[in-house]
Amino acid sequence: MKARKYLPILILLLVLAGVQQLTRMTGTAYFLTQMTMTAYYSLLIIGLCLVMGYAGQISLGHAGFFAIGGYTSAVLTTYDLAPLLAKGNGVISFLATWGLLVSRDNLYGETLLSVNPWLACVGAIMLTIIIAFLIGMPVLKLKGHYLAMATLGFGIIIYRVVLATEIFGEADGISDVPGFPLLPGIIVSGDFSNRVQNYYIACLLLITGFVLLQNLIDSRVGRALRAIHGSEEAANAMGVDTARYKLYTFVLSAVFASIAGIFLTHYNGGIGPSEAGIMKSVRYVAIVAIGGMANLWGALVMAAVLNFLSLRGMFGSYDDAVFGAILILIMLFAPHGLLRLQVWRFFKKSSTDT
Amino acid sequence: MTLLDIKDVNKHFGGLQAVSQVSFSVRQGMIKSVIGPNGAGKTTLFNLIAGNLPLSSGQIFFNARPIHGLKPYQIARRGISRTFQNMKLFPGMTALENIMVGRHTRSRAGFIGGMFHFPASRKEEKAIRDKSCELLHLLEISQYADVEASSLAFGQQRAVEFARALASEPTLLLLDEPAAGLNIYETAEIARLIMKIKAQGITVLLVEHDMSLVMDISDEIVVLNFGQKIAEDLPSAIQQNREVIQIYLGDADA
Repeated sequence: MKARKYLPILILLLVLAGVQQLTRMTGTAYFLTQMTMTAYYSLLIIGLCLVMGYAGQISLGHAGFFAIGGYTSAVLTTYDLAPLLAKGNGVISFLATWGLLVSRDNLYGETLLSVNPWLACVGAIMLTIIIAFLIGMPVLKLKGHYLAMATLGFGIIIYRVVLATEIFGEADGISDVPGFPLLPGIIVSGDFSNRVQNYYIACLLLITGFVLLQNLIDSRVGRALRAIHGSEEAANAMGVDTARYKLYTFVLSAVFASIAGIFLTHYNGGIGPSEAGIMKSVRYVAIVAIGGMANLWGALVMAAVLNFLSLRGMFGSYDDAVFGAILILIMLFAPHGLLRLQVWRFFKKSSTDT
Repeated sequence: MTLLDIKDVNKHFGGLQAVSQVSFSVRQGMIKSVIGPNGAGKTTLFNLIAGNLPLSSGQIFFNARPIHGLKPYQIARRGISRTFQNMKLFPGMTALENIMVGRHTRSRAGFIGGMFHFPASRKEEKAIRDKSCELLHLLEISQYADVEASSLAFGQQRAVEFARALASEPTLLLLDEPAAGLNIYETAEIARLIMKIKAQGITVLLVEHDMSLVMDISDEIVVLNFGQKIAEDLPSAIQQNREVIQIYLGDADA
């Protein structure tokens, strides 16, 4: 039982390590950059898969949570606090005495005093949790199209806010975000010398998230979520506090999105408003749909493939159009996901017949 | 001992009085049935007890504590379990998994426990599975444990639904037209199952259309017509009640 559950994970790890070795041998290590980014986007997508596929709710605003994570940690780690400290701001001097501020030189050689990335990370996650609760509580009372529209509205708000606010860099976004030292010698950053290391950091984070979600689905809570998806009324009659479970699931997936945003921002050294865009949210929903909705593996595989192709520029200028088209085609021809396409069954059938 | 006490309950939908001044009580250990022609307000009354609809006025007590105004999941936690006329089994889940959802109120593991599978949550998970298998056995559907519940025959689905409702070890079981859509053999089977449930010490409140089922197994019967209670008596007396006969068979003079 246990072996059956963890064996695929082990194989996945071996494949990921194999891919890294392959890029090293073929001199294509530059692929690792896009693979690392893909892993972070995939983290968001498996979290969204829990909400959509298992709890049966929809969110067209997940790019918003990604942006909240990314932008919060970007602001905190790049905003110069030295003037505030000089003015004797209580909170800042408190942080300084506890060693929660770090000093570094920015691109222009000026010394910058800003929040420690760990504190920034925790702060960003806390903020995400608060916002997800505040949005989720009223919005998750809605169903179907109405929920989709409300979450879409949330996504638009976040997009316009980052685009219009000076501290978020308006249309330019925030750059010069420092690396995130996880452990001594292990740092999330886009430095060329850290490329292999970062590939593994991203993969391990993704796999950890995947295992946690897989465990959750295979538990009392997971059954309750699938029950809500099947019949909210019956789940309620079984004693499931359906409103609370939907809310917690929404918040949990928002945290996944936020962590993805935080790590990718440190990795890229910055974040721009396009990360908060509606087309990003649509893309995430499309990928969960292609993966087969209630299929964590499907979401993972599709997220890896499509994000990588997109990041490599395979879809050219039609990037967003491709994901829109995918969404339409999937809904029409493969509502259960690409991995359960009727065509496969057709081939399977004919091969057993002969 | 009175387990469920319904006092002057009213429910109107706009101008329609669906349930009007209905009062009766259910004693522990009995099978009590609510009958009446279509549109008599049986299912509405049921939804009022289970918390799916708010009362317009009146009170409902369970174990001497008021339960009106509580949400369905809170009522479930008090020890009232229900089935649905159209079953509402969870699609995409096996018979066993459906019943395991029924253990919800008797287990605790939350999101954190679920994600990390702590030893305690793993132990609890095993207890949930064991108890659910026991119920599959009690309802004689063990062989369908790993079959998707919604693909089973209708009568078997009904048994799965009973097991799901029993999984919470309720004190009171509300059955909403359990014989709806079943043939006479399956109905007899359901009657046998209900007697088996009663033998476990569980009180049953039954809403039913099928007279043969009700007369055979009920200890007491309440008759509703146009939202009002018109009789409450033993089955034998209900069968002789002129007003009830009139409702069901029409007026002899007409």
